[in-house]
Amino acid sequence: MTAPQRMIAVWCPDWPVTTSRLEARLALDTPIAVVTTNHVVACSHAAREAGVRRGLRRREAQARCPDLTVLDRNEAAEARTFEPIVTALESIAPGVEITRPGLAAVAARGPTRYFGGETGALHAVVRALAGLPAGLGADLLVGIADGAFAAEQAARRGVIVAAGGSAGFLAELPVETLDPSGTAPLIDLLRRLGLLTLGAFAALAPRDVLARFGPDGAWAHRQAGGRDDRPVSARRPPVEFAVTLDLEPPVDRVDTVAFSARGVAEQFVADLAAHGLACTCLQLQARSEHGEQVVRRWRHSGVLGTVDVLDRVRWQLAGWLAGPARPTGGVSQLRLVPVEAVPTATHQQALWGGGGVEDERARRALARVQTLLGHGSVLTPVLDGGRDPGQRTRLVPWGDEPVPLRSPEQPWPGHLPAPAPSVLLDPPRPAQVLDEAGRAVVVTARGAVPHPPARFGFGSAAPVAVTSWAGPWPVDERWWNAELARQVVRCQLVDVRGRAYLVSATLAADGPPRWQVEAIYD
Amino acid sequence: MLDVAIRRLDGSTAVDLGRPTAPALPVYPALAGVLPGGLRRGSTVSVAGSISLVLALLGAASAEGAWCALVGFPLVSAEAAREYGIELSRLAVVPHPGTAWTTAIGALLDAVDVVAARPQRIVPGDVRRLGARARNRDSVLMPVLTTADAPWPGADVRLRAQGGRWAGIGAGTGRLRARELDVTAEGRGPAARPRSASVWLPAAGGGVAVPERLAPVVELAG
Repeated sequence: MTAPQRMIAVWCPDWPVTTSRLEARLALDTPIAVVTTNHVVACSHAAREAGVRRGLRRREAQARCPDLTVLDRNEAAEARTFEPIVTALESIAPGVEITRPGLAAVAARGPTRYFGGETGALHAVVRALAGLPAGLGADLLVGIADGAFAAEQAARRGVIVAAGGSAGFLAELPVETLDPSGTAPLIDLLRRLGLLTLGAFAALAPRDVLARFGPDGAWAHRQAGGRDDRPVSARRPPVEFAVTLDLEPPVDRVDTVAFSARGVAEQFVADLAAHGLACTCLQLQARSEHGEQVVRRWRHSGVLGTVDVLDRVRWQLAGWLAGPARPTGGVSQLRLVPVEAVPTATHQQALWGGGGVEDERARRALARVQTLLGHGSVLTPVLDGGRDPGQRTRLVPWGDEPVPLRSPEQPWPGHLPAPAPSVLLDPPRPAQVLDEAGRAVVVTARGAVPHPPARFGFGSAAPVAVTSWAGPWPVDERWWNAELARQVVRCQLVDVRGRAYLVSATLAADGPPRWQVEAIYD
Repeated sequence: MLDVAIRRLDGSTAVDLGRPTAPALPVYPALAGVLPGGLRRGSTVSVAGSISLVLALLGAASAEGAWCALVGFPLVSAEAAREYGIELSRLAVVPHPGTAWTTAIGALLDAVDVVAARPQRIVPGDVRRLGARARNRDSVLMPVLTTADAPWPGADVRLRAQGGRWAGIGAGTGRLRARELDVTAEGRGPAARPRSASVWLPAAGGGVAVPERLAPVVELAG
């Protein structure tokens, strides 16, 4: 078994209170209690003097201290306000481990060697923490011991435990130290068994403890004996998962940006993974030195790994820097924002094929074509709602979310029944729909066709004979809105070569209707 | 890896021990008459005369999980594509590949199962390179031509749609319901013998179907 690492722990007592006080801008000596689910989880010194204790019900706490300010707990803010302290610690040594906001630890070995002994390291810690903004007004206690648990206990008491003395230091402490809230069944059980100190618990044989209390009990047993060789669990504050990369000087080459972005991409994925999350939809914001910016969302069938994130950085920038809307300057800032994340345990790629390797390969290749031809050149169709065949199809750039603007599931009375025309003309092209006499076919206001269509042509081709036709079907859309109102009739025509067309005419009060081809049944 | 292929003078393969043959992409039963083995992976199948036929060919493969791409086409209706069974989330459309169309098709052939492309200009070198790319990648290259175009030189199968008799529409009555289309296939190798079939394309309600033969009328005694 490896010897426990010697740690320097920094403990800020009543951190929830400090945070809430800062957030609410209250004076230092205000009696404050922070509550969750109606129970006090932390209280200020002034409140403690008035008899407020942890675990009290809110009413009882208010009864004991009538001028008590009761605040709700805000864990996100706790982590955020703890950041300056973590940063200050990081200025001394890397690898600061945050057990929870209010308690951080750093391995002692590096700073001890660097500053020439533990006293020097402690001086450095105190100097770094003294540089914090005075408004914080928090108490800070520092302790050194072997192992994270012992270091935490040392910090709570503001003592330095000599190397190898952790077990002896812990032996005198009550078992409740293992779980300060005192609600764990293990503590209750140990008390009833007559094991009142950590030393008494630690004296039990490890095998028996494991057999009787399971893995959790075994872990508590090792903590009690000062033998916890697991490092303090690293925790990043959950305030922001978004990461930003500033490029100075601005860069105008995709490869250079992608190379520089590796660090932030790794950080981005690792941040989420540390919280048991994985990103499935990512928003990438790139900004040029002259303020132009492009924002794109990238959805992924699986979860985004570092390589996937970098690929998307490369793709988006390649499309932007080479595309028609290219920026006037180099890229100066890149920002990755997770839009959607899933717990890691729930997302798994399909076992056999489907949604797995093949799809991933296809997606990558399409994205590569996208870099080749520009972002807006590879598209995917979306089925939209609407009455015109032209409204029912919309193309969105590949990689964007294919979300219909109007639901195609709604009935859309008046839309043409299946089969749908295969080719759409966008915009519709002017056409000649002529009757026997060679005049444009007229549709009366009542929807009658006095002279049926006999010849049809569009573009440069000469009109050819029409063999059969159907319609006219009037479409009277948005008659309640003078600007958007549209009154058209639609017809289907089959020409002598067996080709079928969908034509429409806008009804005009004066003169013959203007016919146009909307779609071809090719 | 052992890669042995013996080819005849005309380019067709006599013995190929090199590559395990990937299963062919399926086609709808109505089109099985012209493409008995489905869309063979690695082959070039040219289609002339109908975009609906292209969509119907992509539809069966797409419904089975294949990825498809349309390069250089006019605006193809998503509704029609859906009617033929194409899964829109696995369909990529490159409407204007510009001068880089061979590069785009080559890149798409790397990963997409069927690439239907409307060629801008047929250069023999490009034809050969794209055919080889499709063969290497086990994907299907589907050049789409108009009936007026010269045939695609390297095609394994050439499909051609002709005729077109619409049902359901009269002189000012009814509506377009279905079209009977004659599809012929010719080519080389296994497809050397010309085949033809008449299909409903689109069939009533969308999709593709075999025209039903009328059952012979049987006089019942008594």
